[in-house]
Amino acid sequence: MSDQPEKTQQTPTPPPEKRTLIQRIFVRRGARDTVLIPILAIFTAMLVGGVIIAVSTPEVRDAWRQFFQAPWEAIKITIETVWNAYVALFVGAFGSPSEIVNGFRTWIQTGNSLTLLRALRPIGESLMLTTPYIFAGLAVALGFRGGLFNIGAEGQIFVGGLAAAFVGYSFKGLPWIIHLPLALLAAILAGAVWGAIPGFLKARYGAHEVINTIMMNYIAFRLADYLLQGPMSRPDRMPITPDVLPSAWLPTLLPSPVRVHLGLIIALIMAGVVYWFLWKTPLGLEIRMAGANPRAARYAGIRIAVIIVLTMALSGALAGMAGANQVLGVEHRMVRAFSSGYGFDSIALALLGNSHPLGVVLAAFLFGFLQGGAAQMQATVGVPIEIIKIIQGLIIIFVAAPEIIRSLYRIKTKEEKEKLIAKESQISS
Amino acid sequence: MAESALTQAQPKVRSSQSLIAGTISLVIAGLLFLLGLNAVGDISKFVLTSQRAGVTIAAPDLVLPTGISLFILAFLVAVLGGYQIVSGSKRVSLFVGLSAVVLVFGFLIWATHGKSLNLTGMLVSSVIRATPIALAALAGIYSERSGVVNIGIEGMMLMGAFVSVVAASVTQNLIIGVIAGILAGMLMGALHAVLSIKYRVNQIISGTVLIILGLGITSYLTRLLLDVYPDQLNSPPSAIPSLQVFGLWRIPVIGPVIFNQSSLIYLLWVMLIFTQVLFFRTRWGLRVRSVGEHPKAADTLGINVFRTRYLSVLISGAIGGLAGTYISLGVAGQFTEGISAGKGFLGLAAMIFGNWMPGGAYLGALIFGFFDSWQEKLSILQIGIPVELLAMAPYIATMIVLSGFVGRSRMPAADGVPYQKE
Repeated sequence: MSDQPEKTQQTPTPPPEKRTLIQRIFVRRGARDTVLIPILAIFTAMLVGGVIIAVSTPEVRDAWRQFFQAPWEAIKITIETVWNAYVALFVGAFGSPSEIVNGFRTWIQTGNSLTLLRALRPIGESLMLTTPYIFAGLAVALGFRGGLFNIGAEGQIFVGGLAAAFVGYSFKGLPWIIHLPLALLAAILAGAVWGAIPGFLKARYGAHEVINTIMMNYIAFRLADYLLQGPMSRPDRMPITPDVLPSAWLPTLLPSPVRVHLGLIIALIMAGVVYWFLWKTPLGLEIRMAGANPRAARYAGIRIAVIIVLTMALSGALAGMAGANQVLGVEHRMVRAFSSGYGFDSIALALLGNSHPLGVVLAAFLFGFLQGGAAQMQATVGVPIEIIKIIQGLIIIFVAAPEIIRSLYRIKTKEEKEKLIAKESQISS
Repeated sequence: MAESALTQAQPKVRSSQSLIAGTISLVIAGLLFLLGLNAVGDISKFVLTSQRAGVTIAAPDLVLPTGISLFILAFLVAVLGGYQIVSGSKRVSLFVGLSAVVLVFGFLIWATHGKSLNLTGMLVSSVIRATPIALAALAGIYSERSGVVNIGIEGMMLMGAFVSVVAASVTQNLIIGVIAGILAGMLMGALHAVLSIKYRVNQIISGTVLIILGLGITSYLTRLLLDVYPDQLNSPPSAIPSLQVFGLWRIPVIGPVIFNQSSLIYLLWVMLIFTQVLFFRTRWGLRVRSVGEHPKAADTLGINVFRTRYLSVLISGAIGGLAGTYISLGVAGQFTEGISAGKGFLGLAAMIFGNWMPGGAYLGALIFGFFDSWQEKLSILQIGIPVELLAMAPYIATMIVLSGFVGRSRMPAADGVPYQKE
């Protein structure tokens, strides 16, 4: 939309800009909008979140009641409260910097790494929370690129988790080099099937994938209910599966108490794979074409129906990996309430990351660290953890409706700028 | 381009469709027959006496010989299926629908063999459980008929559920609570409208925002306020009372099911009729539908597309808020986190099931409600079949309907497409 041909008629074509390698990787054309808008959106959402935190703190409200007696006091307490909350969020997400430095010092001096590992635990937790977000965000982003709305990531995560757990506890005596990939593969297949069914129904019968993926969510929940109480339940009939054998665990990257595990590395690799697949392979091109303009893609000889099923299957497979990640890396068993809203959060992630793997990874880090820090914030400052959900919702609003951000910060779009320039040149001539 | 291919293939599709439908009926007949064989000598006892809130409305028990009843039902369904195949009738959804209904009741008869089941109680609870789903579906109809997809009903319901309980607790007045719940839903509707109409945000993303915010805000405030002051903020005077209609509520079976329900259920029924008339018998309804089908044409004829859509989405929010109010203030008598439990999504499914028509949507909601209480009763009867798997039936049915295996459901043409004036 932004580069229409008639504009180039008046202005002479600018000389091709020279771009360094770094620029070429990170700053794409029109990058200002894809980078600036999300950053301002996050900033604005945090600001609004700060106001909510302030309003919901009794001391702040009391101070504002005395506003006319002591105006500065009220403002000071407000800023202090919000500052303290966000510092707690930061420390909860990254750990305390001084403790980390301290830990390093002890480790170098005495060779005792325990202090360091304890100090690194918060950041490890945040990274652990980031991992499923990467998988699920990639799943939805891949669907978006193919023009499909996969709202069923939640259900695909469930069946992925079930499959991984089943392989994880029932296949005994395998070496980890076979067992772990097998469990992952099972989850990938389960997720792919769960995604492919709505894909098939869309391709063959034109049934809208949004409702069907939601229905598939419910079917997955019921399936989990059934399997966890019946065939897959522990011998003591608790509604959880037996423990996954250690040979299928995703190994932790650092010794205990840091819990971040191999899943993070796999997730990052998958982000690279998705990028390579979508932008460097013919099939990826077909998916993106089908997403950008299905009619044109059809005339270009692309078999839309096949592409739709494939896109949904791949999307489901990625979501299934998120489920495997939780079962094999974190819980080590399948429990009933095990995916907490990743399905909807992943839509936010894909949107925030502009459906680009790099963007999704960055957005996933944001969400993971927010989640990791929120618990600490609740413990120390007493701000309920759910503030994160509100901030996430606000971020999506601002990213999805960039006009709000533009009018807040008076950023002009390319078209507006060109109009302005044209007007000025008219006046001057 | 796909249309021409479809119309050409139409006759063939029709006959194969009726063949499939007939086969489905025959399979169902076979299933019923097998169930009958399984319980030939037994008796199924259905209790029709209703006991609610200490009032007993007596009725004689319905005692059926399990095997024979099932054989009769199997025979009926087989005739239905055979007729379908031979005649090649186009009313596929009617035939399959009837067969499915018979299967459900046949299954119930089989499950009750050698035991007894309170049928009236089950029907009463079906109607109750269907109500929030039906309200959510109605909310969806108002929005989507005007061309705005609304998957955020869940968020509207949560806000309505929360605000209504708090308002009713603070004022100790149920009516104020209901009004507050409706207003809270409207506020969410306004957000959806501004995002999706003014800023032309993708409507599904805007709906997702409603869900995330609805869940986030209500959970946040629950932790912050309701958990701290449960007596002041989370204790409405009472749940919304039932309304007993004159002497009619004393009629056996029908009385408890229809004439002794929560006032909000009567409100729902009135709204269903009102909506049907509004959309299909008034000028305003025609305008809304035209905006949902072809906004550009409507605009050319002087209909204000934006205003129509704003109004429809606001109404949708109000009804969504009412649906939440029914769950919290109407049934539970308090608010708990995530109290809507996916009823908003089921409402959407019911709406599609009913082809964006109020009556059809209510039928869909009743089926969901019925299956919900069916599942509960079956788990009490302990029939040896995993109830969780049976509970999948309504979701699978929705997918089948949506896929057009059985009758076509057709969404408003411009549903989900933001309108931009040139």
